[in-house]
Amino acid sequence: MEKLTYSSGTMRKEAALKRRIARQEQKKRYRHLGLKRFYIALIFIFMYAPIVLLIIQSFNRSKSRGHWGGFTLKWYASLFTNAEILQAFVTTILLAVLSSLIAVILGTMACIAMDRMKKMDRQLMLGVTNIPMLNADIVTGVSFMLLFMTLRMELGFGTILLAHITFNIPYVILNVMPRYRELNPHIYEAALDLGATPARAFFKTVLPEIMPGILSGALMAFTMSLDDFIITHFTTGAGVDTLSTKIYAEVKLGIKPEMYALSAMIFVTVLVLLALVNRSQTAEARKAGD
Amino acid sequence: MNRTKHISRVLGLPYRLWAAVFIVVPLVMVIWYGLTDANGHATFANVAAIADPAHSKALLMSILLAAAATLVCLLLAYPLCMFLVETESHSNSFLTMLLIIPMWMNFLLRTYAWQSILEKTGILNTALTALGLHPLRLINTPGAIILGMVYNFLPFMVLPIYNSLEKIDPNVINAARDLGASSRQTFLKVTFPLSLPGVISGINLVFVPALTTFVITSLLGGGKILLIGNVIEQEFTLAYDWHLGSGLSLVLLIFIIISVVISTLTDKEEEA
Repeated sequence: MEKLTYSSGTMRKEAALKRRIARQEQKKRYRHLGLKRFYIALIFIFMYAPIVLLIIQSFNRSKSRGHWGGFTLKWYASLFTNAEILQAFVTTILLAVLSSLIAVILGTMACIAMDRMKKMDRQLMLGVTNIPMLNADIVTGVSFMLLFMTLRMELGFGTILLAHITFNIPYVILNVMPRYRELNPHIYEAALDLGATPARAFFKTVLPEIMPGILSGALMAFTMSLDDFIITHFTTGAGVDTLSTKIYAEVKLGIKPEMYALSAMIFVTVLVLLALVNRSQTAEARKAGD
Repeated sequence: MNRTKHISRVLGLPYRLWAAVFIVVPLVMVIWYGLTDANGHATFANVAAIADPAHSKALLMSILLAAAATLVCLLLAYPLCMFLVETESHSNSFLTMLLIIPMWMNFLLRTYAWQSILEKTGILNTALTALGLHPLRLINTPGAIILGMVYNFLPFMVLPIYNSLEKIDPNVINAARDLGASSRQTFLKVTFPLSLPGVISGINLVFVPALTTFVITSLLGGGKILLIGNVIEQEFTLAYDWHLGSGLSLVLLIFIIISVVISTLTDKEEEA
């Protein structure tokens, strides 16, 4: 509204000034652009060099990693007859799915409860929730080992699962909590007033609103579980291996080429999936923009 | 209203129990084992064992290597974040590609791959020989371990710094320039102080895992270099001396608590 009182001369001056600032900005942005891009590219190479190497290795006929013995797909074929690696793969995926699923349920329930707690109580709970994220993995790992050994539990799939759920819950709470606090509580209350049961009101009004938080929390939890070695190392028992513990055990004797093949396949699959999701999202956004 | 209160109390119960049994009790057990001997008598010997030359040497080495890795991460990450904020309009997807996607390749394998780059007849040395230069001894050195730490923990430095730099209002920087500050002055007096919370949180996120690692040492150190993490891991999985292992873990906990307190204090300051 204020702008209406400006004379057209001031407006013209203002527009000229804006253009000049924009030009300066652009100039600044593109100063040494090549050098800056080069630096970013170097860091990319640093992060991806080992990954490219591992993928190349999965096509290497020679078992020793220093020598290129020609292109082959035989490790991809023998992977499917290697029961040990397949078993470790199934264990890893099962752990990641179960632990993130249970963490999502417990974490979401905790968020709802914490929102209604007294301030002191809530801060205590959030403080405790932060412990697994702030603590060093090795200390968390040995603390689980002490607990399970003292309770005389047999170390194995069950104990790893308990540990993974525990370090996954904070990631869920971290993602769901902000969404939950943004909610308008009156919508839920309105649903109750209109005769919905609390459960129905929750699933119809609250859950859809916090769903993005739940999904990103679940994805984070899944990734953390999949990539974990240290805590699994201290909570696993004889005969139970995830891909991580299997790789760690194989390092001294030389890693089996089938492991490279499997990892390359997982990596490329995830990459393709992400690209597809990304594409459908941009397509949707474009449609919404029209 | 009473009924919803009741429901939320019931909903909170499972996690309350879970947190008590799987977060609080295990930590108390580390403290308990660390402060008692095999007969259950209270003792400070397990913590004091850090003064044992082998242990204190490992701790000192850990502090040195972790500090070096943290510094390298900071020096690499800060310009990277500045360039990303300045030049790339899609810097978010750049960040995902740079930091998140590599995580889908198992981190042990990625670290192990550095062996083939660094070892005696590895890629780097082959390239050096081909160029007529002397091959270098790279693998199983402190340098290799620092590289492994930087490689694994760089994302933890980049994310908080990027977030704090992205939040800075460009008008603040333009104002400083308009008032005659040189680009160096602008950086030292405006940009850097405003990004300090991100820097401190990044230092924290890199230093703690680097200080406590045992995996990177065993993958790139060839068992020749022992860090405090390796000592603790061996006490638990080889020597089965839980008391000593817990005592040394308590020493690590002290470091962790110090770094958490520092970053909480800087956070508070920023809010105030």
